[in-house]
Amino acid sequence: MSQQAHAEPIAPRGRPASKPESRGRAVRAVLVGIALFYVLVLIVAPLAGIMYYGLRNGVGAITDTFSQPDVRHALYLTVVIMLITVVVTTVLGLVVAFVLARDRFPGKSLLSAFVNLPLAVSPVVVGLMAILLFGRGGWFEPFFSAQGIQIVFALPSMVIVTIFISIPFVIREVVPLLEELGMDEEQAAWTLGASRLQTFLRITLPNIRWGLFYGMALSAARAIGEVGAVLVVSGQVQGSTETATLYILRAFDQYQAERGYIVALTLAAFSIVLLIGIEAFRRRSLKRAGQE
Amino acid sequence: MAIGVHNVSKRFGDFVALDDVSLAIPTGSLTVLLGPSGSGKSTLLRVIAGLEQPDSGEVAIAETDATALPPQKRGVGFVFQHYASFKRMTVRDNIAFGMKIQKRSKNEIRARVDELLELVQLQGLAGRYPSQLSGGQRQRMALARALAVEPKVLLLDEPFGALDARVRKELRAWLRRLHDEVHVTTVLVTHDQEEAMEVADRIAVVNQGRIEQYGKPRDLYEHPATEFVMTFVGPVTRFGEAYIRPHDLEVELQPSARYEEATVEKVVHLGFEVRVELALSEGERLEAQLTKREAERLELLEGQRVFVRPSRLTEVEEDAPGARVAS
Repeated sequence: MSQQAHAEPIAPRGRPASKPESRGRAVRAVLVGIALFYVLVLIVAPLAGIMYYGLRNGVGAITDTFSQPDVRHALYLTVVIMLITVVVTTVLGLVVAFVLARDRFPGKSLLSAFVNLPLAVSPVVVGLMAILLFGRGGWFEPFFSAQGIQIVFALPSMVIVTIFISIPFVIREVVPLLEELGMDEEQAAWTLGASRLQTFLRITLPNIRWGLFYGMALSAARAIGEVGAVLVVSGQVQGSTETATLYILRAFDQYQAERGYIVALTLAAFSIVLLIGIEAFRRRSLKRAGQE
Repeated sequence: MAIGVHNVSKRFGDFVALDDVSLAIPTGSLTVLLGPSGSGKSTLLRVIAGLEQPDSGEVAIAETDATALPPQKRGVGFVFQHYASFKRMTVRDNIAFGMKIQKRSKNEIRARVDELLELVQLQGLAGRYPSQLSGGQRQRMALARALAVEPKVLLLDEPFGALDARVRKELRAWLRRLHDEVHVTTVLVTHDQEEAMEVADRIAVVNQGRIEQYGKPRDLYEHPATEFVMTFVGPVTRFGEAYIRPHDLEVELQPSARYEEATVEKVVHLGFEVRVELALSEGERLEAQLTKREAERLELLEGQRVFVRPSRLTEVEEDAPGARVAS
């Protein structure tokens, strides 16, 4: 005891540092607690609720739900839209990312800002923009109706708006990677005789692939979850232009909440798998980057 | 001629990187493009490689016009300052890359890679990734990778610029020996005049997008064609109106005819060489370079009065060998 009292003035160095440190730790603990509470209340609890309502009547309700033609078609449509969206946003996203990362031209910063626009605009507005372009009296409507192609209230418009909304993800992930990578490796490959395509496949793609996968996964998740824009352009025709998310909305309207919960659970499960995939990609990407 | 550059100009916006440059590089030589940063020397190298397109002028490689050829078809090996190693590939795969593109047989590739690994002294590191190598090792790997496709010319862009001083010196001497062994026409870009003097058969001094003088290292040192060459290649100090090399300044303790009085301001011992900073009576400063033995004989102290005389003036000779023809 007396030794401790004696020790205090002798060891003042550790003291002033340890006090703010323990306070910082306390602040951090409180913040982590708030975040955890937030996740619990707003995500885990509702998810548990969906699981409870979806599964409480057992396997019978689930098979019943999935035997509904509307449900099957809605899930099928969602998968189709997602696949098209991921392919298109990946190809387009890579092209735009290369232009943004490698080329210099007037108006580049404008394009760069424009890329993020879909993240800022409400999906409902995106849907309205599509109606304005392709709907009755829209700018492009005469052209497509002359070809006999139905855009609005059909798959094409649903795909178009989903692509528009999902396009930033690949670009945002890939541009910083390309900028950091620089052109040295690619130019070295050129001088060694590799064509531009060979260089892309053998040198550039392996360097950016984890970031690219991450962007693709985000894009897929966004496509699956999209409601607002699709709601505006689809016309919500049952068994025709109704995606899984639109089905869920209708199920609740029509007092078929249980089916809604089950479909919602299906989407949630899919998103969780994607999320785990995304996290894995991100970690590998970070690990690779840290290795250099 | 292995490389012919004819009236090449290149601008980046308002900046003139190359201003009507012509240069003929003989087969089998090791030529250094020497100049300060921003002088255009790297741009010239990249134009030769086809990594930059000149605004006007032509480039010929091995007597064939290459101006319109992409870098893939020029038969050049290029080594970058920051190695440009393929990060996701092992040392072996890095070196084999060009041969794989050429679709050579696996046995041939393996044999050639082994040969090159030995040449650049990286045997036993074939399975490593670039991140597991030192800077010097990475650059040697990059050199092996460039040599693997048997280029007609080897272009090195500040290859030792990112390395520390000791490794740089070692690699320089090694590169010189390698060149004597391999004999491929080599062009090296550097801003380090000591490096240029050490490795080059011929030096082209580049300044503000032009070649000031092109010739043997000794000619540039002893017969500089312009004031820029004189001040950039080798040290100079001003003596009145004239320039002298610091080692051409004689220092004595006793006054005698044609010697000027000076005060010793600082004595720096650099090993064999001793640098003496002096101030003339009018306040003008200059630098003398003495050998250790001379310095010991004179026993110079700071603040001491001495007498100096240039033993040889270095003058700009506009008709010096390799001087740029006035245009």
